[in-house]
Amino acid sequence: MESATSWQPVATWWRLQRRAELLARIRAFFQQRGVVEVETPLLLPAMAPELHQDPMVCAEGYLQGSPETAMKRLLAAGAGAIYQMGRAFRAGEVGRLHNPEFTILEWYRPGWRVAELQREVEALLLSIVALPSKGLCCSTAGEAKLLTYGEAMQRFAGVDPWDDSLTQLQQKCRESAAEGELLPLAGLERQELLDWLLLQHVEPALRAEGGMVFLTDFPPTAAAMAEIDPGPPPVAKRFELYVNGVELANGYQELRDAQELRHRFQEVNRQRQRLGKKTLPIDELFLQAMEAGLPVCAGVALGVDRLLMLAVQTESIQEVMAFPERSMAMGDTRSID
Amino acid sequence: MLTHNQLRQGSRVEIDGLPWIIVGADFVKPGKGQAFTKIRIKNLIDGRVIERTFKSSETVAKADVIDTEMQYLYSDGEFWHFMDPGSCDQVALTSVQVGDAISWLKEQEGYQVTLWKGKAIAVQAPQFVILTITQCEPGVKGDTVSGATKPAVLETGATVKVPLFVNEGERIRVDTRTGDYVERAK
Repeated sequence: MESATSWQPVATWWRLQRRAELLARIRAFFQQRGVVEVETPLLLPAMAPELHQDPMVCAEGYLQGSPETAMKRLLAAGAGAIYQMGRAFRAGEVGRLHNPEFTILEWYRPGWRVAELQREVEALLLSIVALPSKGLCCSTAGEAKLLTYGEAMQRFAGVDPWDDSLTQLQQKCRESAAEGELLPLAGLERQELLDWLLLQHVEPALRAEGGMVFLTDFPPTAAAMAEIDPGPPPVAKRFELYVNGVELANGYQELRDAQELRHRFQEVNRQRQRLGKKTLPIDELFLQAMEAGLPVCAGVALGVDRLLMLAVQTESIQEVMAFPERSMAMGDTRSID
Repeated sequence: MLTHNQLRQGSRVEIDGLPWIIVGADFVKPGKGQAFTKIRIKNLIDGRVIERTFKSSETVAKADVIDTEMQYLYSDGEFWHFMDPGSCDQVALTSVQVGDAISWLKEQEGYQVTLWKGKAIAVQAPQFVILTITQCEPGVKGDTVSGATKPAVLETGATVKVPLFVNEGERIRVDTRTGDYVERAK
């Protein structure tokens, strides 16, 4: 039932003031470091298709899932270090840590390797929020811990993401399901089983440990737009930053090979088709720019709403947004019959 | 069919051929990875709670469940009998199916009966019921502020805590979700 107070904002005014403060501090951080703020269109005719991300469709095109392709066109044109902070949209993503419309912070560092960028992400966070720091028994870089995806999966989920067979992964999923929990395992593919094991084991372990953890070196099947180090074993030069078990940022050593990018996009569209999802138009101007040449660079996207959650300590993303998607307010018991 | 966005607390779904109510739901997704919807569901027939995880691209069947207002008639000790006041059709439920509502059943009063594929499977009392106190210690006049309580037995057999000034034979309003005394009924 809609009540007479449904029009009220969800976040308290105090939290919305903290949001304003957070945005100001982020801008000050980049200004001090000579990173230039840019703006690119929210409305796009084409994109870099992703398998597990559905764009928001509108009459004139698509609302951006991230500003990645437009920002890389600027980089190819010689822009230098740039950042953008604005809105991004992802259809159907609704939950404790997801809202279909959210604030994204994305930045690129031409000439940098991904490890340098990780240190800058860490510096940004330390300049903004005080974080608890507990020992996660790994090598450290300053306050944050480094952990490879392989180590994390081995230690917390008991699987080897590179060498275990599909049957072994299924077996591990079955063993580790909560009591009474049933999983439709038959339909899940290798990377999906790994995704489930990560959610089930790695994220809770990182939450229990607390503090900042960079998960690095992903399997090539989860490379997205990151460069792949041929190994062996081959690993994607990609990182995910977890803070207190909440995934906060995703970064790459950016893949610069236009042909390889086109191949990955086409592969995404083939898989989307196989899964009965709509194929998505590939951004040809972006690929042209990649052919003209993207400088060696590292880039990262960070969820600003989640950062605010950490700063003001809320359990859900809705609590730091003035007007989250109405239908998914936490504790909503409206019947949909 | 319900899509993952419709799998919310309170939705009723059919899984493995049985009706369930969702008591908790979350959408989870590792960065760039497959999204899953995790739901905690309570069986509408036997009350057991389990978890289920779906790829968020999957759909789940809506349970063929309706709630209908029925009049409580009587219990023969084994079954609790209710009647649809419109059609005069009667249904019988076991004590397990009646569940917590058992404390608030008063003959001739209306209750919400849940039908699954036309069969009665559960009963829910209204949030507030008015019942007569059949047994309690005498009232203490004027004591409306001390906050002290005493047990009172209601006509349905349920025992609730009431303030000291309330007397045997009086009608009181009770919150069935908490079992708490609310006020004296006019």
